[in-house]
Amino acid sequence: MSDPAVVLITGTRKGIGRHLAEHYAAGGYRVVGCSRKPIDYQLDNYEHHCLDVTDEPAVARLFGAVRSAHGGLDALINNAGIASMNHALLTPLDTARQVLETNVLGTFLFCREAAKLMKKRGSGRIVNFSSVAVPLKLEGEAVYAASKAAVTTLTEILARELAPMNVTVNAVGPTPIKTDLIRSVPEEKLEAIVRRQAIARFGRLRDVVNVVDFFLRPESDFVTGQTIFLGGV
Amino acid sequence: MLTANDITALIFEAIDEFNAEQDESKRLEKSPETVIFGRGTVLDSLDVVNLIVTIEGKLADEHETFLTLANEKAMSRKVSPFRTVESLAAYVEELLREESNE
Repeated sequence: MSDPAVVLITGTRKGIGRHLAEHYAAGGYRVVGCSRKPIDYQLDNYEHHCLDVTDEPAVARLFGAVRSAHGGLDALINNAGIASMNHALLTPLDTARQVLETNVLGTFLFCREAAKLMKKRGSGRIVNFSSVAVPLKLEGEAVYAASKAAVTTLTEILARELAPMNVTVNAVGPTPIKTDLIRSVPEEKLEAIVRRQAIARFGRLRDVVNVVDFFLRPESDFVTGQTIFLGGV
Repeated sequence: MLTANDITALIFEAIDEFNAEQDESKRLEKSPETVIFGRGTVLDSLDVVNLIVTIEGKLADEHETFLTLANEKAMSRKVSPFRTVESLAAYVEELLREESNE
């Protein structure tokens, strides 16, 4: 990794993304973050860009800015995601399309552009976000879980395609964490999900950070194509 | 804007960088007729990816020009613009012209 290492994190306005931005900025990384709306906080070692992760020209401009300012990229954390928690029969097609575009195409687009910069560096780390909704096959989350299953497959295949460039691609699959993503899910449904985990508690932000830290470590250069689900799912 | 000669020179520089990492059997001649993609090329698919990404990188680093060469337009053509150095240079010129008109 370069010194200081440069990490790009998507979806940093709030929740897990913001926590990751704070964690890596405090840890000496140069952090580049993005979200659709402006942020209401400031951090040292942090720069923010406003964009939609599915807007290809805007994403190209972001990576151009990273290339110009930092000369390359060491790590990408593809945190940005949206959810639609609803019965499939009550899910509008536009909602399904938005979930797939943000979670799958947004992740793909950032992986593609990041890999080009990492190739220039000679190595890199990509961490994507799956979800326990995939292995638990959660009712009411058909589109969301399908999008995250796609992320898992994308991760596994990109791991092989990018291995010759010394770029690892892995994913973390968080359990429910009390963030805005799940604020509309009834408490009893969340409790039922948690009870299906080996370790029956809500996830914490630090649980996710710990796995991302592991994937980013220099010693993890032989770990790729893996999805680590939290909570023993 | 880059001229046709500038673009060909940039592709030749990318070929130099590519050749530096290759066995003799895969080295590309710096000629407009050199086949990059399709029948007659010495490159495999990953080599083509590397060359295209190197060209994109040089456009970005040396000319602050951020192009995605492998776009829908390139993929939908009957004859790939990546076929030879000459066709690739013409394609890059076309994309740059379009961008400057936007």
